[in-house]
Amino acid sequence: MLNHLPILQVIVPLLAAPACLLLNKPRLSWLFACFAAVISLLISGALLYQVQQSGVISYMLGGWDAPWGIEYRIDLLSAYVLLIVSAIGTVVLLAANTSIRQEIDEDKQSVFYVLYLLCMAGLLGIVATGDIFNVFVFLEISSLATYALVAFGRDRRALLAAYQYLILGTIGATFLLLGIGLLYSLTGTLNMQDLAERLPVASESATVYTAFAFMIVGVCLKLALFPLHLWLPNTYTYAPSIVTAFLAATATKVAIYLLIRLYFSVFGADFSALPIQPIFIGLGLVSVFVASTVAIKQPNIKRLFAYSSVAQIGYMIIGIGIGSSLGLQATLLHLFNHALMKGALFLALAAVVYRIGSAERSGFNGLAKQMPWTMAAIVVAGLSLIGVPLTVGFVSKWYLVLASFQSGLWPVALLIVIGSLLSIYYVWALVESAYFGKAAMPSNVSSSSAANLSPIKEAPLSLLIPIWILVLANVYFGIDTRLPLEASATAANFLMGGGS
Amino acid sequence: MSLSAEILIQTIILLPLLAAVGVMLTHRHPNIREAISLIIATSVFILVYLLYQQVISGQTAMVNWITLLPGLTISFKTEALSVLFALIASFLWIVTTLYAIGYMRSHEEQNQTRFYAFFAISISAVMAIAFSENLFTLFIFYEVLTLATYPLVTHAGTDKAQRGGRTYLRILLGTSIVFFLPALIGTWALAGNLSFTVGGVFADNTSPLLLAILLVMFVFGIGKAAMMPFHRWLPAAMVAPTPVSALLHAVAVVKAGVFTLIKTLVYIFGLDNVSALVTTDFLLYLTAFTILASSLIAMGQDNLKARLAYSTISQLAYISLGVLLATEAGLIGSSMHIAMHAFGKITLFFCAGAILVASHKTEISQMAGLGRKMPITMIAFFIGSLSIIGLPPTGGSWSKYYLLLGTLETQHWILMMVLMVSSLLNIAYLLPIPIRGFFPGKAAPKSANSSTSIEEAPLAALIAIMITSLGCVLLFFFPQSLFELAKMVGVTP
Amino acid sequence: MFYDLYNYWMVIVLMMIGLYIVISRNNLIKKLIGLNIFQTSVFIFYISVGKVDGGTAPIFSSTETLYSNPLPHVLILTAIVVGIATMALALALVVRIKRAYGTVEDAELQELDNRC
Repeated sequence: MLNHLPILQVIVPLLAAPACLLLNKPRLSWLFACFAAVISLLISGALLYQVQQSGVISYMLGGWDAPWGIEYRIDLLSAYVLLIVSAIGTVVLLAANTSIRQEIDEDKQSVFYVLYLLCMAGLLGIVATGDIFNVFVFLEISSLATYALVAFGRDRRALLAAYQYLILGTIGATFLLLGIGLLYSLTGTLNMQDLAERLPVASESATVYTAFAFMIVGVCLKLALFPLHLWLPNTYTYAPSIVTAFLAATATKVAIYLLIRLYFSVFGADFSALPIQPIFIGLGLVSVFVASTVAIKQPNIKRLFAYSSVAQIGYMIIGIGIGSSLGLQATLLHLFNHALMKGALFLALAAVVYRIGSAERSGFNGLAKQMPWTMAAIVVAGLSLIGVPLTVGFVSKWYLVLASFQSGLWPVALLIVIGSLLSIYYVWALVESAYFGKAAMPSNVSSSSAANLSPIKEAPLSLLIPIWILVLANVYFGIDTRLPLEASATAANFLMGGGS
Repeated sequence: MSLSAEILIQTIILLPLLAAVGVMLTHRHPNIREAISLIIATSVFILVYLLYQQVISGQTAMVNWITLLPGLTISFKTEALSVLFALIASFLWIVTTLYAIGYMRSHEEQNQTRFYAFFAISISAVMAIAFSENLFTLFIFYEVLTLATYPLVTHAGTDKAQRGGRTYLRILLGTSIVFFLPALIGTWALAGNLSFTVGGVFADNTSPLLLAILLVMFVFGIGKAAMMPFHRWLPAAMVAPTPVSALLHAVAVVKAGVFTLIKTLVYIFGLDNVSALVTTDFLLYLTAFTILASSLIAMGQDNLKARLAYSTISQLAYISLGVLLATEAGLIGSSMHIAMHAFGKITLFFCAGAILVASHKTEISQMAGLGRKMPITMIAFFIGSLSIIGLPPTGGSWSKYYLLLGTLETQHWILMMVLMVSSLLNIAYLLPIPIRGFFPGKAAPKSANSSTSIEEAPLAALIAIMITSLGCVLLFFFPQSLFELAKMVGVTP
Repeated sequence: MFYDLYNYWMVIVLMMIGLYIVISRNNLIKKLIGLNIFQTSVFIFYISVGKVDGGTAPIFSSTETLYSNPLPHVLILTAIVVGIATMALALALVVRIKRAYGTVEDAELQELDNRC
């Protein structure tokens, strides 16, 4: 049983999905989905433990040996990302029942859980597999599920957002497919480990560059790097709140993982014929500044944090662009930390939407009195987003700045720090209106008419508990930094050493 | 009583937080609430005093709370300057609480519970700043102090207060993130160590150019020291209630700024390094410019609190100047000036608040003839002014003397001239207020004064005023213990 | 040169046509047609890669020694299935959009959204 963990990681949610469809009762489906998610969380925990104990796990699907059959390959990096995805997926799913009951029609709720599990299975599959074509398949599984999930949004603009995302996502995936095809025609293998060994021999040819370019652009579309980020704000804004929380915390992270995997493991970090590192740093910085600036003015808070996600992705790309082991470690840390903070933020927004029906900025005026716990969660997660010490955000920013110092990129370090100044702006504006703003509804003026305006209450516990699990994780890993630090340091060193 | 220093430090930092909790719990009973504030303020002072006795006898102690990243810790340590700063802040907290009780009640301010709670949190942050063992810990609590004082600045809740609060946050957070934090990380990248160490942390072969850049970044980054051109937050913060302006913006916050500056220059760079850097002269003349420019601006201010705010900016620049001189006399002068200016300026602010409460006057031009109605307040104002100017028999004369000595030692004649001229300017913008208060001359509109019945401020406020003005005088006659403490700065670990 | 690599030239032409349609067309359905052409070009690419000159279908027989590479063809079967699923989902979305907005023209949709 333990030997089969790598495949079970993917199979459990994949098989649980149709089972949810058969159950066809929203509540039952939810419970079952939670059960499956918890199991996959346990599996990913066990996998991380196994990898830490005994090194890379290689699993041959159906018993076929590696270059011919499909290999599932779990190294420390994949185990780490698997844990992030399944943990966030599980916590968000715990909150889903309450929020979904309000945002989605009763008869479609079961389908929602089916899609959710499929999406999770796809994301886990991308991370677990060692076969590059399998990556494409899982990417499409998760993407298709995502398009449908986004379309669940109540606003009709959700449909357009889903359509837009579908077009861009498919183009990205097709680029990836083309790149895979080129690599295959050159090396005759699809196994990533094998590819990494054979590519240096052939790396002088233009075909490799073409493949590289296509694949990187394809993946960057999925992870919403700056000029390719256009699908993200709409998608995050109009998708159901739960979906936004899940996507923001996992989907882009998996895309970043894929980028790291392709760039460092397959092509090798010293694949330097293209000036990719300055491009990454430049685009990363631009996305930090442009997205943060745009975020400040947004009237819709979900959209605000969507733009902030684009900015945070910029930080991760900078870390990759720095190209040192420390920079990569910063990216991996931020991968983990950003999942925690954006998960918490979007879940808290889900609670706000649950109570006041929208995430418009005007609704936040004076909200701290009515929803103290939710707002406190937003504040803590917001501080983490800024990178205040004692939260996780600080740790990754610290490493990122340190990495740029170490590589002699002083201006980059300075710009990163100034970039966080912008995030202070938009987080603070929100805090200010929630804590010091006057509520828009003068409910105490006309007490007789206030009866039909039922007062806004604190979010239900079923939402608050998952929110605070994530918030406390933000603080806990900001103080006790050992687990992510060790895992990311080892994974980064492994990638830098083993990739070339 | 023999409490170990480790326990003392932690209690001193945590006790004000306890006060904040207590204040919030007893918000329905103003009397108990204020009693809690007073009792805890007093006990904090006593604890700091106990710690002072241990430090003066040569003991040190260190507490480590959290290790965030390898080598990056939140820890606290006793040291002469820490104790000096903590003594002043905790003592003046008691006095200010006393004053605030009188002021807030007779002014019928809203949200008094929030006021006392955040006040206590700010003090806790100040204590943590004072006892920080490394620059990182200091930085964290420096930011906490900024955030904790924000609700106090915007206490009035008006648009003007909101605007002032935004300027306050923008400049303080902005400078600390754009300059302070990168400088801190740069220090870490160069030296690999942020602990305050006698003689500095940098290796001898560190590039002097980088150090010079870092020095400028630190001086600009520590926005709380109100070095021009980053001084605008201090006048903006004057929208706060007077007790806040008095304790925080004349003592705790601004002194936290210059304290950080001294700590950084003495224990991160090392004074020997500072005097050798190319940018030091530039910074010295910048402080000189700040001293003169803000004095001149102060002369043009008719609003009393604004005038005092600009005066504070100029006095803070004295302290920065003293430490940038990087000599023993300059350092002693700076350290002592922290205390002397604290007592002088808090007296002046208390008086401004008392005048506001008793007569609802904020503009200096309206205050002619007020001395007859409020003699105690005006006499206190006179004493406070003398201390700021640096005339005997007030404490300010000692620190000014050492600062002058510092400029003489380093033969900075221009700076010496600046200090002299500035003292004259101080006379010009401070002394007319009490003088015209007692001798209004013909200009005073007598009818306006006689129609309203103006009395002295409430008793609690009056007692506070008398304590601090007495302090100004006593510090002239008994400066020895302060001098001893100031002499230990930068010498003993 | 041209004739030898005829397939590959066609792949590029189809790909460009597809992308152009996706970008330039206003009608959501037409965009999807473009997307489909774009995907198909990659399918053709895979199939061309797998073809070995003179090779036959990879069915074991005693007379033939040269086979085409079956793996790309198998892969592309998977990709075609994925493409069909994508297309079905996209068309379903368009149906929903038509019901919600009453139009499938991109410009009109933008206008409708901006108005409300």
